[in-house]
Amino acid sequence: MSRDRKLITMQQRRARTGYKLILPFIIGFVLFMIKPMIQSLMMSFNNVKIIPGQGFQLTWMGLDNYHNAIAVDPYFNQYMVDEISRMAINTIATLVLSFVIAVILNQDFKGRTLARAIFFLPVILSSGVLPGIEKQNEFYNMMAGVAESVEGASGINISAQLQNMLSASGAASGFFDVIFQMIDAIYDIVMASGIQIIVFLTGLQSISPSLYEAADVEGCTAWESFWKITFPMVSPLLLVNCIYTIVDFFMKNDNRVMERISTVMYSDFNFGVSSAMSWIYFGVALVFIAISSFIISRAVKSAQ
Amino acid sequence: MSKNNTVYIGKNKNFWDRNRRSGGYLLRKRAGQIAVSVTRALLLFGLCFMIIQPMLTRFSMSLMEEKDLYDSTVILLPRHVTLENYVHVANLNDLPRSMLNTLWVSLVISLSQIVSCTLVAYGFARYEFPLKKFWFACVLAVIIIPPQTIQSALYMNFANFDILRIFTLFGANAEGLTFGQRIQSVFDGTGTGLIALLTGKTINLRASVAAYILMALTCMGLKNGLYIYMMRQYFKNIPTSLEEAAYVDGCGTMHTFIKIMLPDALPTIASCFLFGFVWQWTDIFYTRLFLPSSSISIYSNQMAGMVSRMGRYFSSDASKPVIVPNARQQQLIFIAVLICAVPLIVLYIFTQRTFVESLAMSGSKE
Repeated sequence: MSRDRKLITMQQRRARTGYKLILPFIIGFVLFMIKPMIQSLMMSFNNVKIIPGQGFQLTWMGLDNYHNAIAVDPYFNQYMVDEISRMAINTIATLVLSFVIAVILNQDFKGRTLARAIFFLPVILSSGVLPGIEKQNEFYNMMAGVAESVEGASGINISAQLQNMLSASGAASGFFDVIFQMIDAIYDIVMASGIQIIVFLTGLQSISPSLYEAADVEGCTAWESFWKITFPMVSPLLLVNCIYTIVDFFMKNDNRVMERISTVMYSDFNFGVSSAMSWIYFGVALVFIAISSFIISRAVKSAQ
Repeated sequence: MSKNNTVYIGKNKNFWDRNRRSGGYLLRKRAGQIAVSVTRALLLFGLCFMIIQPMLTRFSMSLMEEKDLYDSTVILLPRHVTLENYVHVANLNDLPRSMLNTLWVSLVISLSQIVSCTLVAYGFARYEFPLKKFWFACVLAVIIIPPQTIQSALYMNFANFDILRIFTLFGANAEGLTFGQRIQSVFDGTGTGLIALLTGKTINLRASVAAYILMALTCMGLKNGLYIYMMRQYFKNIPTSLEEAAYVDGCGTMHTFIKIMLPDALPTIASCFLFGFVWQWTDIFYTRLFLPSSSISIYSNQMAGMVSRMGRYFSSDASKPVIVPNARQQQLIFIAVLICAVPLIVLYIFTQRTFVESLAMSGSKE
């Protein structure tokens, strides 16, 4: 009897220690996440008037802010559609590219450490202010200008010529448009896929080599063992990467929707509308994450 | 027969002989291997070049004199080499001071982030407690929710900061308010809090490092959910027997954590710390929110506002700003970006192993 009680208290004590350890997170989550979220949700339904030194005054507006964000603001709608279609394409391209690169970087060859270092460099350089400031100042346009002048020197712009040729044949021009959009965005995609490469690489390294040996003995070709071993073993990580890519894309500073929200907030001081915009945007992001995780988890299950 | 065999297996025999013996198989295999490695080398070279090339172009452009920028015969290499541009950028961005500030702010913030995230991750990995699943779902929510969603609310929270704004609900400063308004006051920033109750007014924490450190200590800084997730993954894979042995020997919670868990998890913690440092170094979102240039000069902030300061800087008369041509603006921005990136690249070269390899190890036990 007494032994029983001791076991329970031990459990309780561990539970208490556990709570003590995660206490900072709970405090932070409630104070700096839940509370601001409720506030920003409230702001999105109200007209916000700032009273210096006292906080803000809310006047109930119902759905007016949402109406303003969607139907009145001249840019928000358009940017949102643009960015979402760009995101859908970029996410797929990022997943494919980072998987291929991870498979390559997992092989043994000379200079592997160097190659890994270079591919991971963008994680450091493409965060925060660096890409944002470039976009703002049309740095990219200039870089694109440099790239075009290099291509122009050889007389043809290969990607444009190919595009012309293929779309002239009239076959599946929509499909080719998507492909060419991917090709044109390859720089952005490579710069955004550092973490994803690492995640796939960790997955690849966790596959035991004996599986490949067994397959080899049974007469599997490299191609077959790729599809029968490598792919199914790594495919659960597709979901992680997909979510990470979508979130990363939605939170980028050089995203035009984000820029618009910031402008409305910091320059026009229209907190109500800017909150409504961020909630719409966040809602769309959630829907995207939900859809893609549903599709991927289905596909992964059927692959295994 | 057996004598023949030893001759053909011997290394001195040349490739073609062995190929003939194998019926062409050896040649085909060898050609396949070479084709694979050539393709791989080309692909890797192309992609690596694409990552490196803009940096090289920027560097060479940064050395050009202004007239080279307008000279259409100068494309990649400068004709008149100068270092003057670096001096201009240093002056524009308040350089030694802003860099030093960035250094200590980034260090303090990433250290406090990592301390709290490690403890939280350890709690999630090793302890069972009620509602654990719920709280972990909250960690995942933190990863997914973009901080931009709550930036307006955070801005106002810290502009007049107070804790526990619940006293209006219980009647402090609540004359003539309905019950609904009292409830609303808890959230809309008009409620009386503990600090206001004691001192009579709220404090403005928006333009101070303190507020930011507070957020870092409570795991709400930049991408902190991600660090918790990564470290939890690592702690989960350390065998429990170690911990049990320590417990039997009379080790307390903290002692076990410091003596046994921490040394083992050090590489993962180090890589999270490096992430935190680097991301903080280049961050503009939280920096603009908490550390505006009026209060403390931070490099990323200076850089973001650099263009607007150029006109005044280059004119001889401060009241009449000149118009700086676009190409010149961009050149100076390149240099600012380079200066920002150089310390990170140096850091990266030295810690590359921690960054890439240890991260690869930590996930391998998933």
